[in-house]
Amino acid sequence: MFKSIITGKAFKLGDDIDTDQIYPGRYLHLTSPEEMAVHVMEDAVPNFYKKIEWEDWIIVAGKNFGCGSSREHAPRAILCAGIKALVAESFGRIFYRNAINVGLPVLKYPEIIKEVHQNDSIEINLKDGLITLYDPERKISIEKYPTQLLNILKSGGLISYLKKYGKYSY
Amino acid sequence: MHPLHQILARAAGREKVKPGEFIVAKVDLAEINDLYLQVLLSFKEMGGDKVWDPQKITFVMDHYAPAPTIKAAENQKKMREFAKEQGIKQFFDINRGVCHQVMPEEGLVWPGMMLVATDSHTTTHGAFGAFSTGIGATDMAAVLLTGEIWLRVPEIIKINVEGKIRKGIMAKDIILYIISQLGTDIALYKAIEFDGEVVKDLSLDERLVLCNMSVEMGAKATYIRPDEKVMEYISHTNSEKYKEFKSVKRTNNINSEVYESVYNFDISDLEPQIALPNRVDKVVPVSQMIEEPIHQAFIGTCTGGRINDIKIAAEIIKGKKIAPWVRLLVIPASSQILKKCIELGYIQILLDSGATLATPSCGPCLGAHEGVLAPGENCISTSSRNFPGRMGSTDAKIFLSSPATVAASALKGSIADPREFF
Repeated sequence: MFKSIITGKAFKLGDDIDTDQIYPGRYLHLTSPEEMAVHVMEDAVPNFYKKIEWEDWIIVAGKNFGCGSSREHAPRAILCAGIKALVAESFGRIFYRNAINVGLPVLKYPEIIKEVHQNDSIEINLKDGLITLYDPERKISIEKYPTQLLNILKSGGLISYLKKYGKYSY
Repeated sequence: MHPLHQILARAAGREKVKPGEFIVAKVDLAEINDLYLQVLLSFKEMGGDKVWDPQKITFVMDHYAPAPTIKAAENQKKMREFAKEQGIKQFFDINRGVCHQVMPEEGLVWPGMMLVATDSHTTTHGAFGAFSTGIGATDMAAVLLTGEIWLRVPEIIKINVEGKIRKGIMAKDIILYIISQLGTDIALYKAIEFDGEVVKDLSLDERLVLCNMSVEMGAKATYIRPDEKVMEYISHTNSEKYKEFKSVKRTNNINSEVYESVYNFDISDLEPQIALPNRVDKVVPVSQMIEEPIHQAFIGTCTGGRINDIKIAAEIIKGKKIAPWVRLLVIPASSQILKKCIELGYIQILLDSGATLATPSCGPCLGAHEGVLAPGENCISTSSRNFPGRMGSTDAKIFLSSPATVAASALKGSIADPREFF
């Protein structure tokens, strides 16, 4: 279900994390969520899936997160693994649209990697375009989603959006 | 408006589009490869029954051709069945080649079209003057259902390449150098136009390399103004579109205001370039890496397996043997290329040197099969990416270079400068 307020702990990653690291090519033939989830980030962070298993996490990354291949497995595996959202300085463009299309909230903020420490608590308000950080408590304004994209996210991704509307609204 | 914006405006049924706007555009061709069974799963989940237009959809079985695992075979089988049940006739099976070569050969690409495919290297077709971009599986499922796609209109970056190409320098050297100077995110959410005397002089095969690799700078699409080389090609592959496009009056001048930024490169002094492991933008002249040992050399893919690539390799290798500890993999990008290279004697030359030939496909480029790397191995490759684990083990190293450099290195058994063979 779509939630406009998302909370979680920050899991920090660097710049240019490509889709081969997020979801290695050797598992591209898999399509079930359970099978895909365990391989998420396998080539970037050893045992990532084990590390995030029991809590709510928000990935905080540097620039160009998800660059590389068009594989939707990358955001799908992140979503299936239970990650709540991603905030990065910038995203690879296909990854960005794939994330929206599978219903994974992705947000851009240029300085985010400097603002956040590993394990910091984060709250994201998608409706108002705000990120709240604690210790000290402060709010960061981010660019709001264009209506078209917010509508896809609100529907829980493009599948439910098209199931509901049958076509794109102009 | 820039020609790419004109294409988007037409596709969106509008007079004008502006960079940054969100539009819904009609698609002229949608291509699906064998990696993404998810396309069909998402289509069904959306409630899809009949596709919007079977004539405008094509499948190419290239990433897993021929199928290396039972699961891959099953995915391909389901795609064959889907195409049959939906009346999609343009189904290119495992005998045909890599989608970015097969589509142009089959006359499915023409100037001014709107093309989407489930592959990031779809930027390739800007070399024909098309707006072409890579999308994911669910995006593609929506295209199959509606014939449309949501897009943000990209800003346009212009890259001028001037100077004189020295002997032994190929398009791959030029684009690796450009990527190293501009970085991997310079063109995020944007499109790149290539222009300049060098680009005009390049063959179509070589221009495709520039456009293909632009996605490694984040580009959404690319553009090279279609000229007589493109028209000549289209006249052989799609005479109908050739006539249509020929009759359209086009202005040769693009208003400079349409560009968000312009970068100028003079490549007159450029040496052969090589991208070092893990980053496409970590590029140095080949001369700095001489004698780095290699175990595998790979000539193939959508950015290194065309006739010109195999020809150059054959010219360098002719009458010689590859180093005994090296595996030289040669995988032509399409069946047409393979046949032509057999006819011209290139394949014989390469086989005589000790090369291993595989049938047209993406090969080991994405680590699926046909030559994946063991831990501790070095591979020099004409492919597009050297990310960790891309071609097998995360403890293997991938160096990216031109086919000339790969061929020279295969002979030496270590990274070598191809200019000594000319």
